[in-house]
Amino acid sequence: MSELRFDDVTVRYGAGRRTTTAVDGVSLVVPPGEIVGLVGESGSGKSTLARAAVGLAPVHGGQVLLDGEPVGGRRRTAGPSPVQLVFQDPASSLDPRMTVGESVAEAVPRERGRTSAAARASARAEVERLLTLVHLDPDRAGAYPGQLSGGQRQRVAIARALAARPSVVVADEITSALDVSIQGAVLNLVRELQRDLGLSILFISHDLAVVRYVATRVAVLHRGRIVERGETAQVLGDPRHDYTRSLLAAVPSPLTGPLTGGTIDSTRTTRRPT
Amino acid sequence: MPASLPAPIHRSRPRLPATLRTPLGVTGTGLLALVLATALLAPLLWGGAAEAVDTAAMLQGPSADHWAGTDNLGRDLLLRTLVATRLSVVLALAATALAVTIGLLLGTASLLLGPRAGRLVTAGVNIAVAFPGLLLALSFAVIFGVGQVGSVLAIGFAGAPAFARLCQTLVAGVADRDYLAAARLAGVGRLRILLRHVLPNVGGPLVVNATIGAGGALLSFAGLSFLGLGVQAPAYDWGRLMQDGLDRIYLDPLAALLPGFAVVVAGLAFNLTGEAVARAFSIDSISGVSLLAGGALRTRRRADGGAAPGPHATPSAEVEHDAGPDLVLDVADLVVTVPTAAGAAWPVRGVTFRVARGEAVGVVGESGSGKTLTALAVADLLEPPTTVTARRLSFQGRDLLSGDHRTLLGTELAMVFQDPMSSFNPVRRMGGQLAEGARHHLGLTRRQARDRAVDRLRSVRIGEPERRAGQYPHEFSGGMRQRAMIGLGLMGSPALIVADEPTTALDVTVQRQVLDLLAEVRERDAVALLLISHDVSVVADVCDRVLVMYAGRVVEDLPAAELATGARHPYTRALVAAVPHLGTDLDRPLAVIPGRPVDPADLPAGCPFAPRCPLADARCRTEEPELVDGVACWRPGEDLPAAVPEEATA
Repeated sequence: MSELRFDDVTVRYGAGRRTTTAVDGVSLVVPPGEIVGLVGESGSGKSTLARAAVGLAPVHGGQVLLDGEPVGGRRRTAGPSPVQLVFQDPASSLDPRMTVGESVAEAVPRERGRTSAAARASARAEVERLLTLVHLDPDRAGAYPGQLSGGQRQRVAIARALAARPSVVVADEITSALDVSIQGAVLNLVRELQRDLGLSILFISHDLAVVRYVATRVAVLHRGRIVERGETAQVLGDPRHDYTRSLLAAVPSPLTGPLTGGTIDSTRTTRRPT
Repeated sequence: MPASLPAPIHRSRPRLPATLRTPLGVTGTGLLALVLATALLAPLLWGGAAEAVDTAAMLQGPSADHWAGTDNLGRDLLLRTLVATRLSVVLALAATALAVTIGLLLGTASLLLGPRAGRLVTAGVNIAVAFPGLLLALSFAVIFGVGQVGSVLAIGFAGAPAFARLCQTLVAGVADRDYLAAARLAGVGRLRILLRHVLPNVGGPLVVNATIGAGGALLSFAGLSFLGLGVQAPAYDWGRLMQDGLDRIYLDPLAALLPGFAVVVAGLAFNLTGEAVARAFSIDSISGVSLLAGGALRTRRRADGGAAPGPHATPSAEVEHDAGPDLVLDVADLVVTVPTAAGAAWPVRGVTFRVARGEAVGVVGESGSGKTLTALAVADLLEPPTTVTARRLSFQGRDLLSGDHRTLLGTELAMVFQDPMSSFNPVRRMGGQLAEGARHHLGLTRRQARDRAVDRLRSVRIGEPERRAGQYPHEFSGGMRQRAMIGLGLMGSPALIVADEPTTALDVTVQRQVLDLLAEVRERDAVALLLISHDVSVVADVCDRVLVMYAGRVVEDLPAAELATGARHPYTRALVAAVPHLGTDLDRPLAVIPGRPVDPADLPAGCPFAPRCPLADARCRTEEPELVDGVACWRPGEDLPAAVPEEATA
């Protein structure tokens, strides 16, 4: 279990007069074994922050630390990144010309000092284990992404992220490209993985109800800055920033029963590492 | 709109053999096979005969012994042309291979060397591309010296920049795909990313271009040899033969024309094969439907009593009412038929509903349930080969099944699409786009239409409408574009707004504004609303009544207020339970619907929801229930069994 810490991170795009600051001095901690939600609208810098966490976006100020060590950057050692990103749209994050088994196997760290046959066998076993872990039939390893449904593809993308044995997973809007009927299954999987594997997860979404369901803590990003943060139940139940209030007010009213303080105040306790 | 039809599920590999069976493919591959066979066999069969000097038959015209005549040493020109095939083709292929190799190296340099060195290479390639290829070849020929090796190097190097440029463009197209980022995060090295992820995904166009490039190289070689810079005697290729024959072209034209003809045939063989391969790789162009012809054809037909177009289109058992004055839209047994490779599919199979004046009706369902096609069919926006039939389809008491009603759209019927960016022309000002339809349909003058556009932008709460009318779509935010789209619909005085996922691409706060605006417009002018959405909570929020669609049918028709507690169809109940909201119990897993939505081209027998339904029994699997009393289910409202832990399906 590891801790991901954004320390005063600033990300800019462009140069000269056209510079835009996508993320502006963000400090945020994902404690070990916890799911932290990050909400905000499009253009608020959520995805940029996600990419900065794995070194795909240029960090101009501050740093991203994994257990106190900087992650990303140019001089990363070979092998999978300890922070893995699950992308929004599985249709574009899986290579259409590789089978899902090959895609997952690619991220499995290679073991040194073993014959290629033994290495291949152990990689195959690992792929099977991972597909089972995300509730996919291991026999589907030979299928191409185009032959799977959206939800199945997103499970493959999650399995690939887990194959790299990450300390932290960043999930960037992983359910927004999915049908509602499938979204629930993916959210259940996220909670299950956190519970069973003790993963630390930064869960990015624009959907407050989804974040409320999976995250114990939440941060609200607005125009590149964090405007409010805290325990999920407290932030959503008693928002202090105007922007958080406007976000909550915009959510369509719940289908079942009136929204009361009692349902918002979760009894779920924050799991801490022992 | 064929683009909105359900995509074929198996889209994996391009179907190469199928396209090679087209007339173009047959001609191309046939010629290529002929050329290659000649290249292989001719030197073996006639190599000696073509070299045989016959001083008795020098410079003869065509005769029975020598069909194409002889050259100045009495050698048979036909045989020499055939034997020259091998050298000509081999040299052309060698030059192409050189061009492709150098082109690939230069084209993928930015990926392998990193952005900074990559930019230098790109700049170099851009400069090289600016030089005319033949000029490059000529100067290289001077550098490398005359002869075969020199020409191969010259033509190879001259062809490389264009190939490098194409390669760069294709690589740039996939370089920012998420799967490359994912591979990088997985620790995959640059070379491996290039070989496993980039090249397979850009390979198609490269292969095509290499094939066509081989044809070009063949011509260039003929040119160089013809100029005396290429193949030197005693070796000979087609260019060399042409040069020899040129001296006496007025006496014996065949001596120069025959090798010229060979060059044309071989060039065609390469180019036509390249074209055929190109078609195989462009998967999207398979349907082969001319969209240009589409507009002129009528696509809507009346379904005549017995001759139901689809196997599932049984007329609903509903009592005929006279269309009251308050009825805006009256649809009965709407069927949408889509021709597929495996026969017809019916993504909408007999949908019946009515919308009263000022009423808001929501349509919900998963992707592929037919909800969007229903909306498009109502707005008459489906193009052939998709056909729409119905027993009744009337709007404001007028029969839409006969006559032309294109002008309805923009006057009495407004349509709002999911992506407001693609609904507007990016290079025209917003005011002009709003005014255009009004001038056309309402007969307003330019001035009046412009004033109305500004007024309508104001009515959808766009600030400074005069200034905004002069701006382009990209200067509007997503929410503003969607409001402008609604404003466009309000240019006339619509009785119905059909909104297809109008807020799916928008943020929650913007979604709220758009939904509020729709509600306001409805109230102000008693406009009816048909709101298509995958989001049950949006529909419940805005609508009076909800139609739940599954597999092309309405499975439940109920008041929106009853969605949460009064739904009787297991599918509706599952859909409602699957959406997390701000009151969801955090200690229990979310409800999921096992299985996956059905494929409209492959419907199961019985109730299409049965394979995913916890209540399904034998009858459900054999007999499809009709929509009776607002629900199409054999066991409506029965208690669902306790939630089963989710399994490896969805």
